[in-house]
Amino acid sequence: MHSTNYHAAITAAEAASLLSSAEDGALLAGGQTLLPTMKARLAAPSDLVDISRAEELRGISITDGAATIGAMTTHAEVAGHAALRSAFPALCDLAGRIGDPAVRHRGTIGGSLANNDPAACYPAAVLGTGAIISTNTRDIAADDYFQGLFATALDAGEVITSITFPIPRAANYQKFAQPASRFALVGVFVAQFAEGVRVAVTGASEEGVFRWTDAETSLSSDFTADAIGGLSVRSQGMISDLHGDGSYRANLVQVLTARAVAAAS
Amino acid sequence: MSQGIGAAVKRKEDKRFTTGKGKYTDDIRMENQAYAAFVRSPHAHARVNNMDTSAAEAMDGVIAILNGAELTGDGIGNIICGWAITSKDGSPMNMGAWSALATEKTRYVGDAVAIVIAETNAQARAAAEAVEIDYEELPVAASLAAALADGAPQIHENAPGNIVYDWEIGENDATEAALADAAHITEMDITNNRLSPNPMEPRSAVAIYDDAEDHYTLYTTSQNPHVARLVLSAFYNVAPEHKLRVIAPDVGGGFGSKIYIYPEEIACLWASMKTNRSVKWTSDRTEAFLTDAHGRDHVTKARMGFDQDGRIVGFKVSTKANFGAYMSLFSSAVPTYLYATLLSGTYNIPNIYCEVLGVYTNTVPVDAYRGAGRPEASYLVERMIETAARELGKDPADLRNINFIREFPHQTPVIMNYDSGDFEGNMRQAMVAADWAGFGARKAESAMRGKLRGIGMSCYIEACGIAPSAAVGSLGAGVGLWESAEVRMNPVGTIEVLTGSHSHGQGHETTFAQVVADRFGVPIDTVQIVHGDTDKVQFGMGTYGSRSGPVGMSAIVKALDKLEVKIRKLAAHLLEASEADIVIEDGQVKVDGTNKVLAWHEVGLAAYTGHNLPEGMEPGLKEGAFYDPLNFTFPMGCFICEVEVDPQTGKTEILKFVASDDFGTIINPMIVEGQVHGGIAQGVGQAMLEEVRYSEDGQQLSASYMDYAMPRADDLPDFDVLHHSTPCTTNPLGMKGCGEAGAIGTPPAVINAITDAIGNNDLSMPATPAKVWAALNSAKVAAE
Repeated sequence: MHSTNYHAAITAAEAASLLSSAEDGALLAGGQTLLPTMKARLAAPSDLVDISRAEELRGISITDGAATIGAMTTHAEVAGHAALRSAFPALCDLAGRIGDPAVRHRGTIGGSLANNDPAACYPAAVLGTGAIISTNTRDIAADDYFQGLFATALDAGEVITSITFPIPRAANYQKFAQPASRFALVGVFVAQFAEGVRVAVTGASEEGVFRWTDAETSLSSDFTADAIGGLSVRSQGMISDLHGDGSYRANLVQVLTARAVAAAS
Repeated sequence: MSQGIGAAVKRKEDKRFTTGKGKYTDDIRMENQAYAAFVRSPHAHARVNNMDTSAAEAMDGVIAILNGAELTGDGIGNIICGWAITSKDGSPMNMGAWSALATEKTRYVGDAVAIVIAETNAQARAAAEAVEIDYEELPVAASLAAALADGAPQIHENAPGNIVYDWEIGENDATEAALADAAHITEMDITNNRLSPNPMEPRSAVAIYDDAEDHYTLYTTSQNPHVARLVLSAFYNVAPEHKLRVIAPDVGGGFGSKIYIYPEEIACLWASMKTNRSVKWTSDRTEAFLTDAHGRDHVTKARMGFDQDGRIVGFKVSTKANFGAYMSLFSSAVPTYLYATLLSGTYNIPNIYCEVLGVYTNTVPVDAYRGAGRPEASYLVERMIETAARELGKDPADLRNINFIREFPHQTPVIMNYDSGDFEGNMRQAMVAADWAGFGARKAESAMRGKLRGIGMSCYIEACGIAPSAAVGSLGAGVGLWESAEVRMNPVGTIEVLTGSHSHGQGHETTFAQVVADRFGVPIDTVQIVHGDTDKVQFGMGTYGSRSGPVGMSAIVKALDKLEVKIRKLAAHLLEASEADIVIEDGQVKVDGTNKVLAWHEVGLAAYTGHNLPEGMEPGLKEGAFYDPLNFTFPMGCFICEVEVDPQTGKTEILKFVASDDFGTIINPMIVEGQVHGGIAQGVGQAMLEEVRYSEDGQQLSASYMDYAMPRADDLPDFDVLHHSTPCTTNPLGMKGCGEAGAIGTPPAVINAITDAIGNNDLSMPATPAKVWAALNSAKVAAE
């Protein structure tokens, strides 16, 4: 690891200020991606601004029809939150299958969304529910937030503060793990709302997380696995790598969507 | 409770391992310690035109930056391959030079071109990144196919066409004639995937030069410190043997990858002398992927012929083996004498012919990895016979059974002479444990859930306990493969055993002590096993090829025999009895049928005081022995794997895994079971998860755990581990060895099960979900 200056911020405002005065600063949330990258000498920020201890960015609150999760809330806290589990069990299940226990006790929802790894799980839930990403300066709709591999709508120095999920009637996340990393080779989040169904797919596309709109249309009129039986997923634009080619990933999108619909609760 | 042979006593060494008190090479800290970092080639094949170290040398903490020209200028020798293989036409193998620091050309990504010595690890690494090298990129051959193609780039000047050797064994004409008369021929193309060893502890070295004594000490992660000293002295000219001490302290796994003497150890020793500093280097995980010797990587075409009754009449094999960019220490022997000599499997095969093309590529050197040649043989033979059974419409157990060898000793057509075994007995025991007969009902139950169930077996045999020195010498080995032991009984009666075997996870401190406990009835806590230090242990050939039991412990038995003779003579004198009446049991020396007895420590004290010894007896109780095995040993067994495949995703779940092994005599059943568990896990890793992949330009695509899939606990079922032992007839304890069997027998059992489930024999390792799904679809297309 190259040497770096470490700062601890206790509020989002302080973090933004520290970042703006750093030569080449980086926000440190749970550090589950940034720190291994730095250890491999592939990233060398001049300054690390640690926001993992900012209390105002932690915690889960559930109001009528929505769940708001502080950006520095860990995956383990989401997975183990009793009230959230009764309101929105699919989100707890998703968080409970990210990484391993060590990762889940350090990694945060804000860190995951800021990084926007194309195989991460949280982007599927955020896009699959149409959640709102709040930052120190504004609110961003999920449909505007994800902009490709590791790319988001965040401006330089912008700090995610919380994510607000509309609570669906029924939802489910199906993850097919890449054998080595256990990230999603393909992950599909299906959520049913009064106004319709949303389907978001992670891990599969060269463009990052995306909505499978054909499936959304079919499922909005008939929320059964059979409703998407006639649809096909194009393998063009799907990721081909050591662990599966585009046609395999396209197949998984179809299979996992059907399973998510069947399992949605 | 007995602590002798057959007792499942807990491991003595585990207290320090499980409480973080183990002492590994990276734990060694010297007062004048500096750190090494290597400048490594980012290109798979490149000419080094110019190296500019000026900016790096000016950086904080940098002590020296040394290159290959200086290394060779100081007389440091090229890295050797220790087994000379002769080609079909009688010519010696074509070996290119391998310098610890590359001089004119680099031949794989990670090839070291310079060593940086600095005050801290971070400073050394930063300076290594600042060394500016003008590389001229050359065309790359990163696979067997690319290296053998017309117009392929020439990797070493003196290996035309990148061919190291073109070797053969067996009778080609007789085998072709037998195949011509065969009633059925099974033909297959089989690939054995390339693996990265991944021991938990990465490689490490601490080199200490003492200028006052002109003496070197090397702490290193080695499976065989004496061989390291021998080679560093005799070939690399670091220092003569009496001026070089090699210590392999606690070592966290090796699987073969720590047999070899790598460029880093050589360069650190030399740099320690150049800088007059102690030099430490510890590999990180990326360096391990890029530089630890890989395993396997074969492509094979094979034909197996059967007569009307299903008896095998001939087996012809043509294999291409990838050696990587340089010939590592044992590499040449792995696809020849450790592979083709096992192609008879457990079967009576009258005619076998095998030819092997050894090939250079622009990849990491490939050498022995857990099993070393025998997994490749077992995978080939066991997939061939399983596929043949399917083609012939025969039960795979029946087809194996009519071909099993039943009389011993059995001379195969490919050198090996099997001494013992009960192949059918083992298979029957495994079939009962696996409920082979009830498979049909289970398959039907899976089908009702939309799943595909399959069952597969493998009846492997392997060769351990390498090896009879004269025999391997006649086949080209550069060393003898005996083992040595010394047993010292102290004046207070405690015992030290100095062994040339090296424990890097195998539990020698416990099992070797059990052999002593068994002999004298003393508690294992009074026996200390000393290993891993060339200044302490007389000599040794180290641990690999499951040789510590059959060879290492046989040497201990021979030394114990000599010690016992002296103890009996001394005791007979002290107790005024006949030697024939002396009985040693429960840590006491008695005269049979009397109440005359010597406590154990009284024997030791008498020997060392020397006050009252028989006439002509020297004081002391210390005996040594060198044991040279009479033959290889032949562990064998039957593994049965049952799987369920999800046809929608191709995901395979192993539902049941039975291993029934014949290891001969077992010293500690708990440790043996652990070895089998680890071996099966590695075998499942090869069969379903692990593969080193290269891009066409020679970049390793799988060089981290994000892409290289190691087996995890939840990839594996509970294992059903059984034994059906016939003692080995050629060593004193009847041991066959157990360290590699799991890795050897598992891959064919797993793949036979998956191909049974999906109804398509065309499936290569690792059988990932994506590959299984593709194989299922191509089988469907073929059926339509």
